[in-house]
Amino acid sequence: MKEKFRSLWQKLFGDSVRAFGVVSLVFLASMAIAPAKNFFSEWRHYQHGYLSTIRNRSEANTLRRHFEGGIQQIWLPDLGVVDRCTSCHVGLKEASLADVATQPYRPHPVIPHKTEQFGCTVCHRGQGAATTVEEAHNSTLAWEQPILPAKYIESSCGECHRGSLPGTPQLNLGRNLLAREGCVHCHTVKLPDGSQMKATDDPPSLSHIADKTTREWIFAWLKDPQAYASTATMPNFKLSDDDLRDISAFLVANSTPLAGDTLTVSAKAASDPSAGGSLYGESFCASCHAVQNAAGNMVGGDVGPELTKVGTKVRPEWLQAWLRNPRVYDPETAMPHYRFNDAQVATLSGFLEAKTDSDLLSNVHLEAPTPEQIAHGKRLVSDYGCASCHEIAGIKKPENFAPELSRIGSKPITQLIFLPGMQHTLPDYIAGKIKQPRAFSPGLKMPQYTFTAAQIDALTTELLSLNDRSYTLPPSLAVAATHESDYQPAGKAGKLMTDLACFSCHRINGHGADMAPDLTWEGSSVQRDWLVQFLKNPGTLRPALIRRMPRFNFTDAEVNELTDYIMTVYQSPAVDRDSMPLNGYPQGQIELGRQLYYGKYSCQGCHIMDTKTDKGYIGPTLTHVGSRLTAAWIYQWMKNPQALRPGTIEPNRSMSDEDAQALTAFLVSQKGGGKQETAKK
Amino acid sequence: MKRYSALFIGMLLLANSCSRTQESAPLPKPTAFGAAIVESSGGKQFAQTGALLPQPVVVQVNDAQGSAVAGALVEFAGAPGVTFDPASGLSDSSGQVTTNVSLGGTAGRYQLTAATLDKSHKRVEVKIEEIALGYQETLGRHLNDQYCERCHNPESTVERVSNYDNLEVKPHPFTEGDTLNKMSDADLTAIISHGGPALNKSALMPAWGNTLSKSDIQALISYIRAVSDPPSRNAGPVYAKN
Repeated sequence: MKEKFRSLWQKLFGDSVRAFGVVSLVFLASMAIAPAKNFFSEWRHYQHGYLSTIRNRSEANTLRRHFEGGIQQIWLPDLGVVDRCTSCHVGLKEASLADVATQPYRPHPVIPHKTEQFGCTVCHRGQGAATTVEEAHNSTLAWEQPILPAKYIESSCGECHRGSLPGTPQLNLGRNLLAREGCVHCHTVKLPDGSQMKATDDPPSLSHIADKTTREWIFAWLKDPQAYASTATMPNFKLSDDDLRDISAFLVANSTPLAGDTLTVSAKAASDPSAGGSLYGESFCASCHAVQNAAGNMVGGDVGPELTKVGTKVRPEWLQAWLRNPRVYDPETAMPHYRFNDAQVATLSGFLEAKTDSDLLSNVHLEAPTPEQIAHGKRLVSDYGCASCHEIAGIKKPENFAPELSRIGSKPITQLIFLPGMQHTLPDYIAGKIKQPRAFSPGLKMPQYTFTAAQIDALTTELLSLNDRSYTLPPSLAVAATHESDYQPAGKAGKLMTDLACFSCHRINGHGADMAPDLTWEGSSVQRDWLVQFLKNPGTLRPALIRRMPRFNFTDAEVNELTDYIMTVYQSPAVDRDSMPLNGYPQGQIELGRQLYYGKYSCQGCHIMDTKTDKGYIGPTLTHVGSRLTAAWIYQWMKNPQALRPGTIEPNRSMSDEDAQALTAFLVSQKGGGKQETAKK
Repeated sequence: MKRYSALFIGMLLLANSCSRTQESAPLPKPTAFGAAIVESSGGKQFAQTGALLPQPVVVQVNDAQGSAVAGALVEFAGAPGVTFDPASGLSDSSGQVTTNVSLGGTAGRYQLTAATLDKSHKRVEVKIEEIALGYQETLGRHLNDQYCERCHNPESTVERVSNYDNLEVKPHPFTEGDTLNKMSDADLTAIISHGGPALNKSALMPAWGNTLSKSDIQALISYIRAVSDPPSRNAGPVYAKN
């Protein structure tokens, strides 16, 4: 072995000429490594592949003309982007390659942004400057952020767009859930614009809970909230029976009676057994509250709590007081003060009290609590942060109870503890934590939510959007959300509107919900007499709607107060109510309007004018439109509906003035026939 | 020489133990075998790229007489990027296996396969098609839900009563590929912007050109093309397992 080596040494480096020659050769060879590495690089391989993919296509010449060889780079200093992805993804802008199935040659789907302006990694993450498949897409030692899985891609839209976008339903849902499901009661989320995310739910105060329900129900509820109501947002804290006993003991002992929140009406409930159900239906309780029917389907809205088993929960005397005036118990409630009379209160409370589930409390037997148990219950209530969500007398709302979630989308993976078998990526960690928080450590306080898989994806999407980039964005790129206005109507009418919870359904001046029509310009739109009649006895305007305006037992004074306020304050500057008359249009013009209505514009597709022939279900019924709307409003509406009510689905037909006038004349002439006339006399 | 080889083997072992290999869970053992597999529900759904399909996919294993077989093993497969939860399972007492599916990251049509073994251990399978919507199609779908669906979709839901039956001239549901595929993008743009009469069709279809922007209309057309059945001419490839 040694001999061989020596002779080889002699052959190569025996004399200076030989040594020079060999060293030069080695030097030359090592010089060739770099060009060779370049020549055999992955991107060159993919570019060759692209050229052979397009060779036999009919548009090959165009494609070849667009093709630029070599490493391509998008450099955006403002965003810190150096993206070389287009070196391999060569066909990104070639729409004609839509039939190509293999990556990296597929064209990019149509989006509102250009790659020259935003690069690739702003949306997709990954290492932009890398020129190998492995380094660009995966997490490496030098680069933590791998490519973002497609299902979370909308999180990148959320880095700049803080408001909801029509093209990002998943992100919108995630934001909605984060605010609505109680997350931000415990976790602080500072948004990139400096504001703090506000919770949109309103968990009830527990300071007077003993008036409302029993200790047994609190026990059963805390043990498994979804056993009482499958739609409950309250999460499961997985407490032991002893802890449940003590917490329920503390909450009941801590509760103080509230004047007026219990009541026993002397009036008898209606003798007709179906009267309760009818009153529930007529009052449109189902617009906000859901009840599970025999088939297991939820029927009703999700604004208020589910009522399937409400009789097992609430005390009858509390329910009667609540139905009489909910604002006594909770001044902030979204529930309107219906002004039910005593007989109605008795009927409705009887109907609701019958909605029971005997199994729920059958296994709950609690003995009178000891002072130690109550003290232990109080400690548990503080430990679990109950007061983060609920107002509890004597317990302060804890500050920063849970870790702050601002910038969670950029949390370094080295700071995370993963579960065995879990992929080591940030999205998987976040999703796993939402899905089963206690799996990460049994000692964690975060409760178990009942989110669906789609909801977990949506929440993860929103949390990933709260990353470093979103907080350090050049201000010119940030697209702010439109914030809900804090508009409040003034004076006596304003108080009345709060009492009736108008804003739980209607929107006015950018404040309120969107269940019912926007009333910002209602005063320009409707006639006074119609509004008075409607408030007294709301009729059906849109036959296909299941949510309708409930009837409140108003006094005449209240109706006048409301009507006067609406007619004077909610006026549009674009509509002069008195500029066009309600009567006296020439018969010829009315007839022309009728022809336009049924012919050129075919309004009968969506509206009912003649109940015998028309069937349209989409817009409001127009049989009485001449006694409902003002002529000036109709005219302006014909000219441009979206200018009066942004987002309305009635198309803008860009009518000529003559057409709009003729249609106005025809519509105003529809006063609702003889019935209306006799009623007026 | 020995020392080198020992070192080499050592390094090999080290490299092997460092690389993370994913072990798939062992498949459950079938207790029965069917003769055929059919789709029960969950085909032809749309979802955004990467997102879960709104409804699970359900397949049923039947025997030669067409009655359900319980305990047969069904395995699901799709193009790379498609995930199934669970990816395999034994059929329940009604012969069914249910799985939640999320489609891949590329918009387009996906072909899923559900396969089972028959008594002679031959593979029988059923192919199920689903559609993944990209950004533009999702935008189009949003516009469809807001403006179009109440007339163009004959199905009613609790929240949305269909106006289809009320119309004298019936609108075309957007899945009706036989008719809509014959119309060019320019035709569809004209009819959406200027209403039915632009192509000598019913005036019950109003003109949306002043309400929807040009890019809105493009988005709507991309949605109509994406959900068309049979698929439109430029529907692109079908993503299936390799």
